[in-house]
Order: sequence, then structure tokens, then C-alpha cells
Amino acid sequence: MTADLTSLTAAELAAAVAAGEVSATEVARAHLDKIAAVDGRVRAFLHVSADVALAAARAVDARRAAGEPLGPLAGVPVAVKDVYTTADMPTTCGSRILDGWLPPYESTVTRRLRGAGAIPLGKTNMDEFAMGSSTENSAFGPSRNPWDLARVPGGSSGGSSAAVAAFEAPLAIGTDTGGSIRQPAAVCGIVGAKPTYGGSSRYGVVAFASSLDTPGPLARTVLDAALLHEAMSGHDPCDSTSIDAPVPPVVAAARQADVAGLRVGVVTELGGEGYQPGVLSRFGEAVELLESLGAKVVEVSCPHFAYALPAYYLIAPSECSSNLARFDGMRYGLRAGDDGTRSAEEVMSLTRGEGFGAEVKRRIMLGTYALSSGYYDAYYGKAQQVRTLVIHDFEAAFEQADVLVSPATPTTAFRIGERADDPMAMYLADLCTIPSNLAGNAALSVPCGLAPDDGLPVGLQVMAPVLGDDRMYRVAAAVEAALVTRWGHPLLAQAPELTSAAAEARSASDD
Amino acid sequence: MTETTPRLAGFTDAVARYDPVIGLETHVELGTRSKMFCGCPAVFGAAPNTQVCPVCLGLPGSLPVTNAAAIEYTIRIGLALNCSIARWCRFARKNYFYPDMPKNFQISQYDEPLCTDGWLDVTVHAEDAPPRQVRVEIERVHLEEDTGKSQHVGGSTGRIHGAEYSLVDYNRAGIPLVEIVTKPVAGTGELAPEAARAYVTELRDLLRALGVSGVRMERGELRCDVNVSLSPKGSDRWGLRTETKNVNSLRSVERAVRYEIERQTAVLDAGQRVTQETRHFQEASGTTTAGRSKEEAQDYRYFPEPDLVPIAPAPEWVERLRASLPELPSARRARLQAQWQLSDLDMAALANAGALDLVAETVAAGATPADARKWWLGELRQRANTAGIELAELAVTPAQVARVSALVASGALNDKLARQVLDGVLAGEGSPDEVVAARGLAVVSDDAALLAAVDQAIADNPDVAGKIRSGKIAAVGVLVGAVIKATRGQADAARVRELILERLS
Amino acid sequence: MSSITREEVAHLAHLARLSLADSELDHLSAQLDVIIAAVARVQEVAAEGIPPTSHAVPLTNVFRPDETTPCLSAEAALAGAPAVEDQRFRVPRILAED
Repeated sequence: MTADLTSLTAAELAAAVAAGEVSATEVARAHLDKIAAVDGRVRAFLHVSADVALAAARAVDARRAAGEPLGPLAGVPVAVKDVYTTADMPTTCGSRILDGWLPPYESTVTRRLRGAGAIPLGKTNMDEFAMGSSTENSAFGPSRNPWDLARVPGGSSGGSSAAVAAFEAPLAIGTDTGGSIRQPAAVCGIVGAKPTYGGSSRYGVVAFASSLDTPGPLARTVLDAALLHEAMSGHDPCDSTSIDAPVPPVVAAARQADVAGLRVGVVTELGGEGYQPGVLSRFGEAVELLESLGAKVVEVSCPHFAYALPAYYLIAPSECSSNLARFDGMRYGLRAGDDGTRSAEEVMSLTRGEGFGAEVKRRIMLGTYALSSGYYDAYYGKAQQVRTLVIHDFEAAFEQADVLVSPATPTTAFRIGERADDPMAMYLADLCTIPSNLAGNAALSVPCGLAPDDGLPVGLQVMAPVLGDDRMYRVAAAVEAALVTRWGHPLLAQAPELTSAAAEARSASDD
Repeated sequence: MTETTPRLAGFTDAVARYDPVIGLETHVELGTRSKMFCGCPAVFGAAPNTQVCPVCLGLPGSLPVTNAAAIEYTIRIGLALNCSIARWCRFARKNYFYPDMPKNFQISQYDEPLCTDGWLDVTVHAEDAPPRQVRVEIERVHLEEDTGKSQHVGGSTGRIHGAEYSLVDYNRAGIPLVEIVTKPVAGTGELAPEAARAYVTELRDLLRALGVSGVRMERGELRCDVNVSLSPKGSDRWGLRTETKNVNSLRSVERAVRYEIERQTAVLDAGQRVTQETRHFQEASGTTTAGRSKEEAQDYRYFPEPDLVPIAPAPEWVERLRASLPELPSARRARLQAQWQLSDLDMAALANAGALDLVAETVAAGATPADARKWWLGELRQRANTAGIELAELAVTPAQVARVSALVASGALNDKLARQVLDGVLAGEGSPDEVVAARGLAVVSDDAALLAAVDQAIADNPDVAGKIRSGKIAAVGVLVGAVIKATRGQADAARVRELILERLS
Repeated sequence: MSSITREEVAHLAHLARLSLADSELDHLSAQLDVIIAAVARVQEVAAEGIPPTSHAVPLTNVFRPDETTPCLSAEAALAGAPAVEDQRFRVPRILAED
């Protein structure tokens, strides 16, 4: 029974708990057991809170027993990226500088999920302060891709993605600033969505790049992602940038799952040279599939997308250089070098020098440079202008098409260590995802197969206009249904078994 | 870098050869209920770190949300200062590291302030010169958040130099702060110190009239930085300016300007250049000292605050705010001057003595303007001077002064008795009526009592009485004096005279 | 072509209060040089008269009413502090006057 529970979808689990077929406590235990069995190898979690999970599960069971109404996710376990502040679990953001920090307050998103009855299992690994595409920038070591433990699970929400792909949790939340939900979802063979910017509250989400950070869902199915999307989203008066409008009807759209008559735009600039052939071939097949399902496929050009990556790597570091200034050892977190003789300035510098990893330091300095007097106009100012042009490109494209599609990322999961010393190579993983962060529109990644060249998952990115999140769920659900029918099973059924001896042998050879 | 004690130029000599240019930056703590970006109470004097939350502590993940009242108050300040109100503006981050700033950036406004290009007319009073009108132009009025407060521990003086460590309280962090910056003010000449003081005084009164702040300088609710530069007379080149901080009272504003003029003159006279720097005002000595020398000017790396959305005040709303502005101090002064029919000089005398509001309130309590002025500028000013305090600090209220004035007008008191009543009130013996009763100071108007004294005086002065009987009415003064003396000044002289004449006719 | 010198990088590290070992400084300088050259591509875009975007999804006038809400207790506020004295955050001596 235990193994069965972890293979169920969130929708199935919610229904089973609501119907009394299984208790929330049993569900929570099953997932905690799974974590115990496989996370030694997957390393998705930084912190597992059995106490918190079981207490939450017991509360759901008590409510059900008392005949009280249950939330839409009651009893469904969720893994939480360690960038969200949780009052009963440490929040490290994958950084030494916050190692062991227990926030005195709860993020809006996790509060809403708990209110919906979801069961938080623990905090997942991430690239430090959400900067990275592989979790190799985590101060606590990288997570592993369940498809091949020698490979990265993507990033920065790599821990969340790996947890879901390894069946340690049916749902996970992450954040997407330059692709940090979509890219890990793509390389792990699961669904990951970036809602419209402002669609989900950033209150309690430790800031990386304020105008780009977007909390979002990860799951194994499109419907599950939609359920989570709906439960976590909505206006928050504590976040001035959150949108005061109803959450788009993503669950209904996921159930609708049809694309007949929809115009699907293939973005010319997001393909071609630099993209893995296996990725391109699966993408092409996905486009053909859409056509066969009744969509009208057109080619659209977004000429300024070529400048989206450099613009992003100016805007994000600039904002982060300011957002991360607060980590100075004065009020919380690590304090280094305070031997009683040093000044506050020196202690701040030593603390930050010791507490931050290399990528964080790189981006802080890049951002400081871009904002500094004499350089502002040429770098940050210019990047903000490029941002406007990217927005215009999207507006024009969405007049020709209802949704836009592209590969989610140019390659499948790369090997751990392969790009660690080459920041620019690492940045290229965000090529396809960045434009939607700059423009703030909705986008997701849905699995569209395994690359023929290496047998690793490929993700199809579907982009929708601002507040048009439901559209992308509709398309993704249609693709998912058609592919599952074609394959006869979900993609993850092809993932290697993690508890087998073969897995043991594989991971033993890595260490 | 230590400074050798400068030899100062005399002030008069300095302003004979240099034209001072002054500028003032004033920070005003708004009297809103809650802080600028969070709901923590904006109170003074609470126990350390008890008025804080994730937002004003700048905890990871926290986000600011703008206080609507702070925007409204700022717009009203801008309107009262004749500024243009921005149709669209944003907050910006001012980035620098300092332990009293939880985020190590301050949310402020940079190139898009909420209000710009206004002015405030100020009347500058000088000792031996007629009052002068100065129009101080306002560059900008913008909003920002206040920082926490650090207390330096160890070392000998409790000041920052030589301290071993510091203790930080973030209660004040996040309180809304309005920054009001003037354009450089030239042409005040030898009145520069007074002009600076007059501007801050007028600004303070205006802010108080608007009800946007308690403006108590001793609580830091109004803080001034004073900028001074010197331009050689006849030249149109402006000199390098210094910025003096820690100027915490009106008197300090005046002293700081005066000192800087003298100090910079001495520097220039010695053939050196004035260092463009931040200086600190030393309350005890009335001097300024150089701040720690910095190798480079601060690069604040301003950029628009991404966690806040732009502010676009609706024009209709701005007009409603403009229409609902209260009577501003200058308008009120003009109205009162007309009502009381006073000359400019008389009005200036009231302002100089700090008596304007006191007189107005006394009039409102029923006294005539003339009486009110007489008491406050005469008797009471003397008392204040003797005690070395301001008029407003005297232990007597306008209502009480009005009561005394009314008692005199009704004949219940005469001037002499009235002064004694005021003595009693100032000494804390109670209200005017209570003092009258307790000390028995009422004018005796009971004829029977007076007749007794009259008869006694007549009996004591038979020769004078005889003269009066024979027609020398003028002699009655002696008898009146005797009766007054006998009644310890409590008799109404006119009535006594009548009674005496009746008796002797 | 070098777009940034080692001295400039050291200056940035100081501005950002990041203490770096010499080897770190060398390594980061080289990497930053490459990255800055790459991001400088934005300058190729002709953007005459194009307004910059600071907020992707345009909103204005988001306010909250001037009402008080519950604070943290001092204990909670100070809970994570490396050093506390007299219910305040104790920090090393501050050099610069503000």
C-alpha cells in the first residue's frame, strides 16, 4: 500500500483522503518512508520535517473525522523549496549565510497551502539564493536527477523537481526568476509552471530579483500542477506587486485539455544552433502533435529575444546585489570574524566573503557594476529598455498566436561538474525561459518525451499572455493526454527505479 | 584627520567681503499612526525592538507596502509649499551599508520626487534693521523611510569615535520621513544666520498647522542639515559648500550658519580652499567639526524600487487636498494683522517675542487685541526675561490672561492688583479668580467699607479736608491716596474720590 | 579586450562589502571580464526613445490604510541575532558616521 500511495497523483490522493479511503497520516508516512529510502541518493531535501508533516496530517484526519470541510489539497504532501520562509522549519536558501535560520514568520504561499490542507514534508535543495540552473551552487551539495544520478536535476528549484520526479512528493513549490521552475521540470521529466508575475505572492519568498521572481508549482501531471497553482495563487495585500484579480481558471483549463482551433506560435529565435538535436527533434514532434490535435501552427519572430539573456544577466544581478545586501551578520544568520577588535564594516565583509558562494559573489559584483555611477545608463538602463522591447515582441506575437511554444531548455540534463567552471555555459540553460520572466507573462514546461540521443527528458515550453495562464494549461494538458495515450503510460514510468540494486551500484560509482 | 583650531574671522568683517549662500535640508517625521511600509506603530519612546516586524526589520522575504496617509501628508506639504505635484513617480533604492539600516538600502525617492519647485516666503527679523522678506525656493519634497538608532558603547565619550561596539534599536526604522530641500538661497548677506533660522521656524509652524508632524526638534521629529558656501563679493562664482548635520534646534541653525561663515572666511583668507565635506555641529561650543574624511563620495547606485509600484496621484484628489488645506501661518498672520489693525513693525514685535499665538488665543478667549498685547509684551515678557525662559513657557495660559483682562475691564481689578494676580498664577497658586479670593485682591466696591476708610482719612487729615470744603477740589488727591493706602490698593480710586467729595460737600 | 580591471573588481568588492582572497579576486576578475563583455551586447540594441521597464506588469497606486497591526515580540525579533545586549542588536564598532 505504501509504494502505491507515492505513485498516486495529487488529485488522486486528495480524492482518496476526502473519501476516507486512506488517512492523511498514512499518506504522509508513505512519503516520509520514500524519502528515507531514496533521498540519500537523490539529495532533494535539505530538511525533512516528519513532526510538522505528521502533525499537519493528523489535523486533516481530525477535521475529516469531525465532518468539517476539507481544503482542496487536504492530505496531499508538498515539498517546499528552501527559499520560502517557514516558521517551523529552517530556511537556508541553499546558503551558508542562513544556515540554521528559523524565520519568525511564514510566507503567504506556504500559509495558503497549509490552509488548503497540504502537508509540508520539508525544505528542498536549491542553487544558493536561486542563482543557478543545476543546484551545484548550493552550499550543501547538488541534488541528483532521478533519471541519472550523475546528472543535474536543473535549477534553481532542482531539489523540488527531483523530489517530485523521484516520487518523494506528488507536489512541490519552487520559484522561477529566469527559468528556475521550468528548466528543472524539463530535465526531470515533470511539469513546472511559472504563473503570470504577480499572480502568486512573493511575501516570504527570499528575494533574488524582485521584478522577476515568481513562485510556482511543480508536479507530475498538468492537472496536479493546476491544482497547486490555484491553491497557492491570488492577490496578497502584503505584496504590492501582486495582481488584484481572480486567479485564471487553470484547473478548468487543465481538465478541458483541447487545442482545436487554437493558434500556436513557434518562436523562430528559440531554436537552431546551440540546441541539442535530440531536444529539437522531440520539440518538432510536439509541434506536429499539436497540429494533429487541431491547433493551427504558425511561425512567429521575436527579434529581441536574442538580447533577452544579456538583459536578464544585467537586471537580475542588479536587483540581487541590492536584495542580498541585508545579509551582513548584524541581525541574523552567519557572523564571521567578530573577534572584538574588528569594525562592523570588516565583520560585514568577512561574513559575506565567507557566507556567500562563488556564483552569488559573481552576480552581486556584476549587479554592483551595472548600477554604479557612470555605468547605469549603458548597462542597467539599457537592459530595462531591452526589456520593453521584449514585451513589445510578445505583444506582437500574441496577436498572431494564442500561445507560443519552444523547447524549455536547449539541452537535456548535463552531468554534474560539466558546466560548473563556466558561468556563461551555465547561463545558456535559461535561453528559452528568460523572455517570459522579463515580460512577466505565464509559461510552463510539460514533458514531451525522451531525447533520442541520450534517453533523457525533454520539456515543451508553452507561453501564454499576461493573466492568460489558463491557456497554457489547456495546451499542456492536451499534449500530455495525447502523449500518455501514445506511450501507454506517463513518461516517468520510464525513469530508473531508485531503490534497486542497480541504483545503488550507479551511485556508488559516482561518490 | 584632526583640524587645528581655526582662527575665526569676525562675522561682520566676513559678510562685508563674502556673500553667504545657504541651503537647508530638513527631515520631518510624519505623525502617521503606522510606519511607512508596514503596520508597526509609529510611536516614540517604546522599549527597544518592540515596534518591529519582518518588514521594518528587513527580514529575508519581507516586502514593503506604502502607507496611504504618508502620501497624502506629503502631497499636502508640497501644496502648502506651492510645489508642483508629480503626476507619476516612483520610489528608489539608495544603497549603502550601515548597521542602523536593516536592508542596507533605504527606500527613498531619487530623480522622481513627489513634489518639486515650490517656495516659502519668510520674514527675517534683525536686531537693528527693518524686517526683510526672503523667498526661499523649494527644490523638492520627497518621501523616505527612517533608520533605526544606534547607541555607541565603550570608549570615553559615548560618541562613535573610540566606541567598542554599538547597540541597535529598530523601533524608529521605517517611520515615514519627508525630506524638504531648498534651492540655494543667495542674497541674505549679514542676515544669513537669521534667515536660516526664520526659514526653519516658518517651516515648522507650517507643518504644525498642517497637522502632519509633531515637529518637536528635541525628539528628532524635525532635523536640519545646513549648507553654507561663500562667494566673494562682486563675483558670481559660488564657493564650495559644506553640509553641517546634527543641528537640533532653531538656535543651533542660526549658530551653525554663523560659525560656518566665519570659519570658511578664515580658510579663504588664509589662501586655502574650503573642503567640500560633511561637518557636525557641536552644541556645547557652537562650532562645527569635520566628519571622518572619506576617500570617495558615496555611490548610492540608485535604481527604481522593484517591490513598490509607481504612484500616480489622481488630479481630482490633489485638488481636493489643496482645497482642504488649513489656513497657513503666513495667511493667518496677515489676517490677524488686519483684524488687529497693527503695523508691520507691531506685528514683527509680536513675532519676535514669540507672542503671536499667545495673543491670538487670548483674544479668542475674550480679551481685546490691545489688552492682550499689552499684557504679553509688557508685564509677562518681563517675567519671562527675568526667568530666562520663552513666553510660551510661562506658567500662565492665554485664557487666564484673558480673565485677568476681563476683571480689569469690569473694574473688579485695577492694573496694580492685576499684576499681583498674575504673580499668584505664575507662582502656581491657582486660577486668577482663586488667587483673587485667596489673597483678597478684589477691588473694594462696597461703599460701606469704603466710607469707613474715607471717614478715617478725613479724620486723619483735617487740614486737607478743610481745604476741600472750601473749594480746593484738587486737594482731594491726598485723601484719595490715603484711602488707597489704607485699603492696600484695593479701592477704586474714582469711586473713592466721589465718596470723599460727597462727604465733604 | 579587457572590459574591467582587477582594481575595479576590488573596488566593487569593497562597495558590496565582500571580502575576497587574492586568488578569488583574480579568478572572479577573469570571469567578470567575460560576463561583462557578453552582457554588454544590450548596447547593440537601438533603443532611442524606448522607455525603460521597471515593472513588467503595470500597476499603480497600491497602498495600505494607516492602521497599526501586531508587531513581533522583541524576543522573536532578536531570536536569530548573533549578539544581543539590553534587548538590542549588538554589533561591532561602527567606523563611519552616517
